[in-house]
Amino acid sequence: MARLTSELATAEAKPSVISAENLSAGYQGRSVWSGATFSFGKGEFVGVLGPNGAGKTTLFRVILGLQRPIAGSVQIFGAPPRRGNPHIGYVPQRHTIDTETNVECLELVRLGLSGTWWGFDPIAHHDRDAALSALDAADASDLAHRRLGALSGGELQRIFLAEALVSNPDVLLLDEPLSNLDIRRETELLHLVNNVVRSRGVTALLIAHNINPLLPHMNKVMYIANGRMATGTPHEVLTSETLTRLYGVQVEVIKDPHGNVAIIGVEEHHGDIP
Amino acid sequence: MSFSLNILMDLQEIWRYQFMQNAIEAGTLTAIVSGVTGYFVVLRKSAFTAHAFSEIGFAGAAWAVLSGIPPLAGLLIGSNLGGLGIALLGRRAVNRDTQIGIVLAFSLGLGLLFISLYSGYATQTYSILFGEILGVSRDQVVETLAASAGILVCTGLFYRPLLFSSLDEDVAEAKGMPMLALGIAFMAVVACAVSFAVEVTGVLLVFSLMVTPGATAQYLTSKPSRAIACSVVIALIATWLGLFLSFYTPYPVSFFITAEAFVFYVLVRLVYTRFRWEKISSGSLLKPPVDRGG
Repeated sequence: MARLTSELATAEAKPSVISAENLSAGYQGRSVWSGATFSFGKGEFVGVLGPNGAGKTTLFRVILGLQRPIAGSVQIFGAPPRRGNPHIGYVPQRHTIDTETNVECLELVRLGLSGTWWGFDPIAHHDRDAALSALDAADASDLAHRRLGALSGGELQRIFLAEALVSNPDVLLLDEPLSNLDIRRETELLHLVNNVVRSRGVTALLIAHNINPLLPHMNKVMYIANGRMATGTPHEVLTSETLTRLYGVQVEVIKDPHGNVAIIGVEEHHGDIP
Repeated sequence: MSFSLNILMDLQEIWRYQFMQNAIEAGTLTAIVSGVTGYFVVLRKSAFTAHAFSEIGFAGAAWAVLSGIPPLAGLLIGSNLGGLGIALLGRRAVNRDTQIGIVLAFSLGLGLLFISLYSGYATQTYSILFGEILGVSRDQVVETLAASAGILVCTGLFYRPLLFSSLDEDVAEAKGMPMLALGIAFMAVVACAVSFAVEVTGVLLVFSLMVTPGATAQYLTSKPSRAIACSVVIALIATWLGLFLSFYTPYPVSFFITAEAFVFYVLVRLVYTRFRWEKISSGSLLKPPVDRGG
């Protein structure tokens, strides 16, 4: 399996931001996926794809230092993962916010920067300025004084993006930001993330279910399935050969004239694979 | 003594009584602490947990009465042990209604056993259940002052991490916040705040100071610092007015405090709903400046 990933990983001339060698991760000694070797450079937009339960969020938890790898190594700017790494901005899939949360958006974005500071300082306002510019970068300035509980799904995702951007990270980990968005909001949010990636030179990993909205933006694909991982450019990964080898059963990748991709034969076999 | 229309003279009259002076001082401190911690209790949706503390504290207090030690010590031990247990259960333990309910019922049963074993006056039990602010001694006021200062300093120290972890647990954890330690610290602060609030409102009515003002404040402003200030002001008004009214009537202080907090909550919600309804019907909510919500 290591052969598959190394074969596809294009040799990077520039120094890598995130790299992994023969990485395995899982829970209680049982691996979810193993043998992952990849390297992502500055300013790359990576789509992380794969069926439910394939271990996409597990990958994020390993990079964030919330979970130790079972085997192999992973490095962020040449250092092993650690909790509280200031290089990383993170948008988790689930949030504690609901319609009852009567707190204004600006406060949450400020906490993205100052939430880890101890003590109470009612006068300090530099986190406020940083929060306002992060809201601007996430195209959410108009939401600054709205209540979190009153926002729609797409608006909330822009606030979470601002919350992640406020500490000026070099890496963005976005866990399913497109779930619960309709096609138009999906496209808008992806444009926004793409702008951030391009203008700030941020390396973004974005977990998604659907490949097609990502195709115009992403440089790399990381496809996790069947306990394994295939990494490379969309052209390299999204082929019948690669995905057939990954899943271990016959998979057909079909492209329509607009460049949209359909993967057929995956769902029926998912779960049956030993 | 009877109520006159001259409020200043009434207040002077009230202040002449040592027990009223103690009650006002202890009540003021408790209202401030409850208002501050109550905001976080509501934000973290831990109202039921806070209530469970007081019931576990009741078992502790009843045990203390039986063993001849001050009920407050029993309350503090009981509620802090309960808080530690809930914090250790895990990060999402505050949402475990069922387990908390089971422990709560068992605690009340234990408390009942201790009371039946105790052959002394039942009045002490009554005062733990429904509050005994008019019986607060000088020493208790000093104890409350020390505890309040400690609780407020702790809350100030944890303010931003606490707010962050309440609003966005996963990101706070990824940012390296010690979630378990923070959870234990918060539970300890609430357990202590509840124990002192019990002196004023009693075990069964502790919601009126711990939860209602914080919940009301959330409708008044969406800025946490202002909401905490509002929560404190509401708790203070409820306590002061309750003491004032009960001085001139034969009815218990706790009743007035709960009733005022409740009425204030209902009024604020009515005004808030009406205000939002007007905003919707005037179209300002239906026509956002640029339509790009999701």
